[in-house]
Amino acid sequence: MTRLQKLFSSKKDLLSIYYTAGYPQLNATRVVLDALQESGVDFVEIGMPFSDPLADGPVIQQSGTQALQNGMGLEVLLQQLADMRPGITMPVVLMGYLNPVLKFGMERFLERCAQVGVDGLILPDLPLENYLEEYRPLFERYGISNIFLITPQTPEERVRKLDAHSNSFLYMVSSAAVTGAKKGLSDFQLDYFRRIKAMQLQHPAVVGFGISDNESYKTVCQYAQGAIIGSAFVKLLGQAKDLKGEIHRFISEVKNGK
Amino acid sequence: MFHPNEKGFYGAYGGAYIPEMLIPNIEELRGKYLRILESDSFQKTYHHLLSDYAGRPSPLFKAERMSQHYQTNIWLKREDLNHTGSHKLNNTIGQILLAKEMGRRRIIAETGAGQHGVATATVCALMGLECVVYMGQTDMERQAPNVARMRMLGAEVRPALSGNRTLKDATNEALRDWIAHPTDTFYLIGSVVGPHPYPDMVARLQAVISSEIKQQLKEKTGTELPDYVLACVGGGSNAAGSFYHFLEHPSVQLIGTEAAGMGVESGETAASMACGEKGIIHGSMTYLMQDGDGQITEPYSISAGLDYPGIGPLHAFLKDSHRATYLPVTDAEALDAALELTRLEGIIPALESAHALAALGKLRFKPTDQVVVTVSGRGDKDMKTYMEHFKLTEK
Repeated sequence: MTRLQKLFSSKKDLLSIYYTAGYPQLNATRVVLDALQESGVDFVEIGMPFSDPLADGPVIQQSGTQALQNGMGLEVLLQQLADMRPGITMPVVLMGYLNPVLKFGMERFLERCAQVGVDGLILPDLPLENYLEEYRPLFERYGISNIFLITPQTPEERVRKLDAHSNSFLYMVSSAAVTGAKKGLSDFQLDYFRRIKAMQLQHPAVVGFGISDNESYKTVCQYAQGAIIGSAFVKLLGQAKDLKGEIHRFISEVKNGK
Repeated sequence: MFHPNEKGFYGAYGGAYIPEMLIPNIEELRGKYLRILESDSFQKTYHHLLSDYAGRPSPLFKAERMSQHYQTNIWLKREDLNHTGSHKLNNTIGQILLAKEMGRRRIIAETGAGQHGVATATVCALMGLECVVYMGQTDMERQAPNVARMRMLGAEVRPALSGNRTLKDATNEALRDWIAHPTDTFYLIGSVVGPHPYPDMVARLQAVISSEIKQQLKEKTGTELPDYVLACVGGGSNAAGSFYHFLEHPSVQLIGTEAAGMGVESGETAASMACGEKGIIHGSMTYLMQDGDGQITEPYSISAGLDYPGIGPLHAFLKDSHRATYLPVTDAEALDAALELTRLEGIIPALESAHALAALGKLRFKPTDQVVVTVSGRGDKDMKTYMEHFKLTEK
């Protein structure tokens, strides 16, 4: 069983955090990672910044621009994560866009990910079909889970197909939107969560996009196995004076509602 | 051989590298576009609007003084005389009919020089549809007359504030808008770029340019095949349209010109063929300018319409298969060419089109050659730049 599979088979109400590598400072990547584990987060997605992040809203765009200016890149990130195991015991997923990965070399990248102990990848602009045709054998060879997105507009048949080809969890995009916190969850979104839950998929789903606080976290956990917070957390990083302390406070508030 | 396969690939280029959020929209379009485009009712309305609304066919004009200057036969395909002042309307007329057929009420578009934005705002006014145009803030400043035209036509122009604030950034914003409005919105892309089926769809809608050239040249010279066709390339839609019906005729030399900015070695350039390499931009595998980390490089060109770090996948394929040749043209060369056409023929071209004209000085023609240059647009929008460079306000 992989680290991700173990986590999902043993725990409910998972809380996951997305943050941008190399933000707000180049060397913050490990500091944030350690603080997140200490504060009891269940797994993380580390964002690999890209010049043209077309699925991201202003907060994550801006953090990526800053991270690139700080000197972040795939090689730098892999070096920063090189000694994270065994200290970091939670699953670590990298999220980013396809072009930098192709430039690095897909196989070389997957091999390096496996070496440092990365568990999965989320590449939103790598559609399922291209993954199956070109890259699946490589992901399998290096034991890296490819995580697929589903959205409110994804037809049932395609949800089943994405489910059939995943091996860890499905990333359930909460609404038709780019990343960024919105207040409250609509009836339309709750219907969508119910619909997916009722499908009784083979793999668990985690809800992301628009989750920002204790209320939205608790709500989505009624329908899915967990929630991912991104923009709200990245915003905090951008403003934090005491990075560690404020991360602990933020996570505690999300989990316990103060 | 020059059509994409079912997955949208021209050889190794093209495809649809898009996030799951856009898949239902792209799948719907892919499933419907050919059937709609080839239907009798679409063809009838499209050609009716091209003739009575756009004013086509656009003339093929024998430029006598230019011909004398270059010691050959130069024909200008006058897309600058198309309604709204560029070839862009050919595409927007087609796509707006498609959008209507698919029941979409809201139209979004990206624009660089503003020509596609104006052409989109125009057909939205014609059809009574809501229109939002994304334009880089830098471009809004350097192409201010087009911003005013779009607003007068009733469109909302939203500034793109990321990156260099040019066409690439406007395209990112339009794609984000589409992600956020998956059911009611049609993304009316202005060039042969983006995920499949856009490159093929836009090429088909611009193909009217080469279809007319063939017929007009036959009437005027007795032969329908020229020796050369020259067109500028940003994303590459007027070039794709100018080349389209000549692709299968190897005797016709196809020349695309891309914007070299300050020069291909300068780092201040938009020459994605000369300086780029294979990668993914806006959902398509193609040539693009990127750094060693796979980050897309900010382009530069004096011409807002060519200021784009990628290129349509058809052109990437035509380059690799040596079916077309792509030449870099600098800002300075384009400005010289614009002035030359103005003084020799009394036609002020758009800065984009001036890049195509600049290729005339880089090629060796025979006196018997028939050379067609597509003048993709008129220069009204560029008067501010021309005034500065040609010191037109001095006494």
